[in-house]
Amino acid sequence: MNMIKKMKMMVMVMMMVIVSEGSMIEQTCKETPDFNLCVSLLDSDSRSSSADISGLALILIDKIKGLTTKTLNEINGLYKKRPEMKRALDECSRRYKTILNADVPEAIEAISKGVPKFGEDGVIDAGVEASACERGFKGKSPLTSLTKSMQKISNVTRAIVRMLL
Amino acid sequence: MTKQVCSNIGLWLLLTLLLGNYVVDLEASHHVYKRLTQSSNTKSPSVSQPYRTGFHFQPPKNWMNDPNGPMIYKGIYHLFYQWNPKGAVWGNIVWAHSTSTDLINWDPHPPAIFPSQPSDINGCWSGSVTILPDGKPVILYTGINPKNQQVQNIAEPKDLSDPYLREWKKSPLNPMMAPDAVNGINASSFRDPTTAWLGQDKKWRVIIGSKIHRRGLAITYTSKDFLKWEKSPEPLHYDDGSGMWECPDFFPVTRFGSKGVETSSFGEPHEILKHVLKVSLDDTKHDYYTIGTYDRIKDKFVPDNGFKMDGTAPRYDYGKYYASKTFYDSAKNRRILWGWTNESSSVADDVEKGWSGIQTIPRKIWLDRSGKQLVQWPVREVQRLRTSQVNLRNKVLKPRSKLEVYGVTAAQADVEVWFKVRGLENADVINPSWTDPQLICSQMNVSVKSGLGPFGLMVLASKNLEEYTSVYFRIFKARQNSNKYVVVMCSDQSRSSLDEDNDKTTYGAFVDIDPHRPVSLRALIDHSVVESFGGKGRACITSRVYPKLAVGTKSHLFAFNYGSQSVDVLSLNAWSMKSAQIS
Repeated sequence: MNMIKKMKMMVMVMMMVIVSEGSMIEQTCKETPDFNLCVSLLDSDSRSSSADISGLALILIDKIKGLTTKTLNEINGLYKKRPEMKRALDECSRRYKTILNADVPEAIEAISKGVPKFGEDGVIDAGVEASACERGFKGKSPLTSLTKSMQKISNVTRAIVRMLL
Repeated sequence: MTKQVCSNIGLWLLLTLLLGNYVVDLEASHHVYKRLTQSSNTKSPSVSQPYRTGFHFQPPKNWMNDPNGPMIYKGIYHLFYQWNPKGAVWGNIVWAHSTSTDLINWDPHPPAIFPSQPSDINGCWSGSVTILPDGKPVILYTGINPKNQQVQNIAEPKDLSDPYLREWKKSPLNPMMAPDAVNGINASSFRDPTTAWLGQDKKWRVIIGSKIHRRGLAITYTSKDFLKWEKSPEPLHYDDGSGMWECPDFFPVTRFGSKGVETSSFGEPHEILKHVLKVSLDDTKHDYYTIGTYDRIKDKFVPDNGFKMDGTAPRYDYGKYYASKTFYDSAKNRRILWGWTNESSSVADDVEKGWSGIQTIPRKIWLDRSGKQLVQWPVREVQRLRTSQVNLRNKVLKPRSKLEVYGVTAAQADVEVWFKVRGLENADVINPSWTDPQLICSQMNVSVKSGLGPFGLMVLASKNLEEYTSVYFRIFKARQNSNKYVVVMCSDQSRSSLDEDNDKTTYGAFVDIDPHRPVSLRALIDHSVVESFGGKGRACITSRVYPKLAVGTKSHLFAFNYGSQSVDVLSLNAWSMKSAQIS
């Protein structure tokens, strides 16, 4: 084969790889409750191009971790701005620290070692803790948008973890 | 960091002083134990503990899951279990260890198996004990190797003269079984070896749970000497679509009677044996069993008609119950079943209380005389905890009535009640589309009259029923103009607690009994767990609840009937239960 044909072959193969990776994420995300969220979370992460389903799950758990840290920072900031909410903020702090220190490490170890059901437990609990925190404000939550994000990411991640069962 | 280490050393010194005569025994492995438990995540339960059990097995702190390697050796029962030394969620798992002479009171020992060789450096997961013909117990368990692959390893007691078998040594030949390119075993789906059994050819067989895509299977390995294992070309059994088979168990049962059968047994002369295959399904988080025959020539399990090893198979327990495992109790010639019940609370609550997971009371298990299901009943030894009996006889529960049972510690009790149902001919016909008892129970709470009933017990109830857990029956006619009935048993947790963060799923089961005869219900109530047995063990439901009001002395017990027909309470016996040494 001459040089040009070889180059064409290479470009075609590269494109096939790129297209099929794109559709690996798309195929996986189609099976989750929020296709768009799933795709946007994974596409934005460079690790997803070479990840299998376990890898995609771990990337999303990392997103959960990031959102948890962000929410904890937000909670810390609110103590000064909304001192009347101290009790609810304390409870939220407890809940989100649980996600960070218990649920996330559990999910990472479980998925890495091939017992995804404990990963599913951790991911489900992230949603449970977010809801519990939200409820503590009795309808006047300053964290609603973050709560909803966590619930959505938790649902998408759970769907992907279940593919490993 | 140094402060942490110092305070841990200080705590440890205090512990060894307090434990007095255990000092010598613990010293050999205390440094390992200390390393295992050093963690800022581990909270010594200093908060009030309304949910810890009085007589159900649970470690003093942290996470527990699967029961491992249950056995009896030289008259002492052993229970090992998956335990996290560092916190109240799954992780860092080791084999913790306790012993007992009565299956109810337990003495703890240091962890028996923890990461120490490449073949288990990343985890020591579930497994089983096989008692060799010379009487020596051997453990086969799943280890996680440096590549995070699942492999099977062997361990044996270091010192057989230690009645508590506290220390175990691992073979340098581990792993005994591992996934490779030749055998094509899925390295992240290869775990939970069973008790091994001997074939006619004097070869050992063991099965390990696995999957290939959605096919669940029990991979068979054989060995002549228990050290060199060969994969059989065919699995003992498989099922397409059931997903991963965790915690398989395979054992013989006698066709008639309730005695146990040793795992390798071919049966007595003139004794008919059946075999039971059980799996824990990853997909549904329930334990299922099938009854069938063991073809010893082909090394295959053949389910009886009507049984399929998937989510349609009968369950040991229709509530929170997983990773169960049986062993043959040679001392009392019975087969005993252990099962793990996890929490229904949020992880934040588990971390705060400092623990997660309990074992159910061990159950004797045998084949029903119909041959179509297994029957379970709490081991008799639990009855030794019974004190101060309350007895009600021949009370009529009118429609819309309840009857409080006074004189027992309602949060820690054993209750057994016999109901006589009247007016069976007036029972509604069951809707033919109602094939899932769990749906029947969750769609109709106790305020709904349907069929005959609901009638049963309200346990862990607050005085004015702001909180209660109801365990009850509904009876339907199978068809119009039929004399056959369908009995549904429900365990309803939906009103169990004012706390909104718990899993309050309702559970249900069909009970294969004839309601022309008295209908029985037994409940073991223990602060945050209710184990219910309908029809003398034909249907079992375990649930976890966390009342805020109905705690301790503020917990009440009622019999109730919210149906439109009266129900007779032929007898209700309730006992306060003494506390046991639960680990």
